[in-house]
Amino acid sequence: MTTNQEHATATLEITGMHCASCAAFVEDALSQTRGVKRAAVNLASEKATVEFLPSVVNVAHLATAVENAGYGARQLKHDENHAAQAEATEARKLAEYTALKRRFGVAAAFAAVIMPLSMTMLVPSAEHFIHQTIGMQALNFILLALTLPVLLYSGREFYISAYNTFLHRTANMDTLIAIGTGAAFAYSVVATVMPALFEQHGIRAEVYYDTTATIIALILLGKVLEARAKGQTSAAIKKLIGLQAKTARVLVGGEEREIPIEEVHVDNVVVVRPGEKIATDGEILEGTSSVDESMLTGESLPVEKTSGGAVFGGTVNKTGRFTFRATKVGADTALAQIVRLVEEAQGSKAPIQRLADKISSVFVPTVVVISILTFVVWFNVMPADTRLPFALVNFVSVLIIACPCALGLATPTAIMVGTGKGAEHGILIRNAESLEKAHQITVVVVDKTGTITKGEPMVTDFVLLDSAMNTTMTREAAIQYAASLEHHSEHPLASAIVDYAAAQKVDAAFTVHDFLAVEGKGATGVVAGVNVIIGNTKLMEQQNITMNAQATSAAVQLLAEAKTTMFVAVKGAIVAVIGVADTVRDTSREAVQAMQARGIEVVMLTGDNRQTAEAIAAQVGIKRIFSDVLPQDKTNIVKQLQSEGKTVAMVGDGINDAPALAQADVGIAIGAGTDIAMEAASVTLMRSDVRDVVRAIDLSRRTMANIKQNLFFAFVYNVLGIPLAAGLLYPFTGWLLSPMIAAAAMAMSSVSVLTNALRLKTVKI
Amino acid sequence: MDTSQILVTLGGVGLAGFVVWYFFFGKRQTTTATLTDSGVQEVAVTVKGGYSPDVIEVVKDKPVRLKFYRDETSSCSEELVFGDFSIRRELPAFETTVINILPTKTGTFEFTCGMNMLRGKLVVR
Repeated sequence: MTTNQEHATATLEITGMHCASCAAFVEDALSQTRGVKRAAVNLASEKATVEFLPSVVNVAHLATAVENAGYGARQLKHDENHAAQAEATEARKLAEYTALKRRFGVAAAFAAVIMPLSMTMLVPSAEHFIHQTIGMQALNFILLALTLPVLLYSGREFYISAYNTFLHRTANMDTLIAIGTGAAFAYSVVATVMPALFEQHGIRAEVYYDTTATIIALILLGKVLEARAKGQTSAAIKKLIGLQAKTARVLVGGEEREIPIEEVHVDNVVVVRPGEKIATDGEILEGTSSVDESMLTGESLPVEKTSGGAVFGGTVNKTGRFTFRATKVGADTALAQIVRLVEEAQGSKAPIQRLADKISSVFVPTVVVISILTFVVWFNVMPADTRLPFALVNFVSVLIIACPCALGLATPTAIMVGTGKGAEHGILIRNAESLEKAHQITVVVVDKTGTITKGEPMVTDFVLLDSAMNTTMTREAAIQYAASLEHHSEHPLASAIVDYAAAQKVDAAFTVHDFLAVEGKGATGVVAGVNVIIGNTKLMEQQNITMNAQATSAAVQLLAEAKTTMFVAVKGAIVAVIGVADTVRDTSREAVQAMQARGIEVVMLTGDNRQTAEAIAAQVGIKRIFSDVLPQDKTNIVKQLQSEGKTVAMVGDGINDAPALAQADVGIAIGAGTDIAMEAASVTLMRSDVRDVVRAIDLSRRTMANIKQNLFFAFVYNVLGIPLAAGLLYPFTGWLLSPMIAAAAMAMSSVSVLTNALRLKTVKI
Repeated sequence: MDTSQILVTLGGVGLAGFVVWYFFFGKRQTTTATLTDSGVQEVAVTVKGGYSPDVIEVVKDKPVRLKFYRDETSSCSEELVFGDFSIRRELPAFETTVINILPTKTGTFEFTCGMNMLRGKLVVR
């Protein structure tokens, strides 16, 4: 609910609506309630948004009005609130986990009693003792009584699930466990109740209660471990969701009021104190501070914020107190979008999973067929007195060792951990396919401006000419004249000069008259009563300024360094030459080298001329460049590289480069900051650090390697395990796999896959 | 081969044949989504050892609302995956989870459990 002085807004969840007329009916019921200013019902979302006067009516009254109309209403407090949903899920999972542990505990406790009792048959003196006292059949009845709780309580879900899936003509892991343990149990019951049936055929009436109970206990142990590990695969997204603030301190009529986050609306003014979490996205109105945005962008240094600056929900205010105007709330905030993007990536399927998917879709029925054939074969080849138990044991072993779960878990768990790890470092991967593609990249195309360079021209040289010194003009005065004039210009080159003056601590406060910007050439004006002209050669010619030899040679030198050159003329004579260049980012060279070290070719493209392009490329070690590129040509360059048989990643700013990013095999949008709505990019980097391109590629390579390990393990486990359990080695080595060992192997196989996927959390990228 | 061996062989082969037929060549339960007055194509799906219905027919470019009611606690069905729509959602037991989709192209899109055992199809026409 949101309130201001006059009215409040609440969202109600409406139940029982079936058609548009129902919606109209609810809307009427609400609108006609005293104190309601406006009510809008959305049938599709089953929600009503009501604006009302809290002094006249409250939410409970509104709900009653809906109920009187014959529908159900409940106030929606956590609309789009990921945190609340996550909490509810967490609580539910904990309850499920506790129940699972209890089932395992019961199974383990009974198995611990059943096991030694069953072993008595292996110890002659103990067997003799049983025969002398209660008799074998009575012991079997005791074992039966002890196994029943394991079956009916701990293993119940396996049988119910197997039955339900059977009705759907599908089969899953529960089917295998149910048939396996069910067969062992049924055989044992017959042997217990009617031992004569076996004995008349010369078969010893053996029971397998220990096998039944132990299999269930071990598989439940596997499930307990699996549930614990699975929870950790989604730790990153939980952490992101947990960043959301729960309340906000909003200014209402000059008074600070703490309200739940879901009641904050756009244009609310929010107060933030030092050390507090910023509630939502907005624009600073008053105050300055430094903000820790590392949780969103991966940038470890706090970011300085002043009025007009953008702040983001979930980040932490460090030093100052400020107020900001909320610009985005709920699902529109950067944090919510990041959460959505990561969730989507984790829900997507990687192409590498296709084979595993195909296998798992036919896996269980195939294993059932193999187990039946195993039974038939052993029944036919073994001597009459041992063939039935022998066939049964191998039949059960095949069913129990087969593990479709390891196959099913192999890819998605690694994708979940990998994308989560990326998000922690400000690397947002759109989907599993992008993550898979990124490990095949052979060429990275980078846009020069804004990627390799800072994208902002900076004064690199300020050459004071001898002619100026002859007129006793100091360097400081020359900068002062230039900066004072350029202060009035909006051109990026002018800003570079103003910034330079500021950096040199020169005050550019001379008064300026008759300022005139000459398009494409420069600017003129009267600064502190003196004529000042700044511009290129054309402007100097136009203004009849004589070019002296020193100025010309300085200009030639700067041009050779691929710098933009400007002349400063004071009182009709050139006094200085300024060199301006877009500077290379500190990290560019390191990133280029890192990519080259990984066998990836780095290609730079730029709209600049060849000379400038080559100068920059040489600085960072790039060997292949495309210069004089028009924006529309970028896509063609990507296509050209693809036609050379290369897997191309394009790194760009995501806005101007959208078509090229979309054309590339992997489009990487860099420096998105917290504006992450970049549909064209496969990977979005929150920071403007080219090294993150390397990190993204490394993450992709690590994740893919992890997936391959998981798939290899899952395939090999089943391919070796099933024949082994079927007794394939028995004719040669006399070796058979006990169903209990099979159960332990099966339980550990999924846990191994999960543990391997979780290893990705600790890799350094 | 004695009688019991012949019986076991015949029975086993017959059972194996039944398993193959039953699981791989069975008929699927198909439902066409009903269009609500608000223009949403809606289908209620029960999740219990599988999806009922497991083939859902909808038309292109109209929002689809699938209401999955998980009528069991078996962990096999706890996750629902619509890979083509980048959706992986947990289905709480004995609760309805609503999945909203806007199909913009025709075709058959599979939905499965987290481990690809239980399967259903969304057919967009």
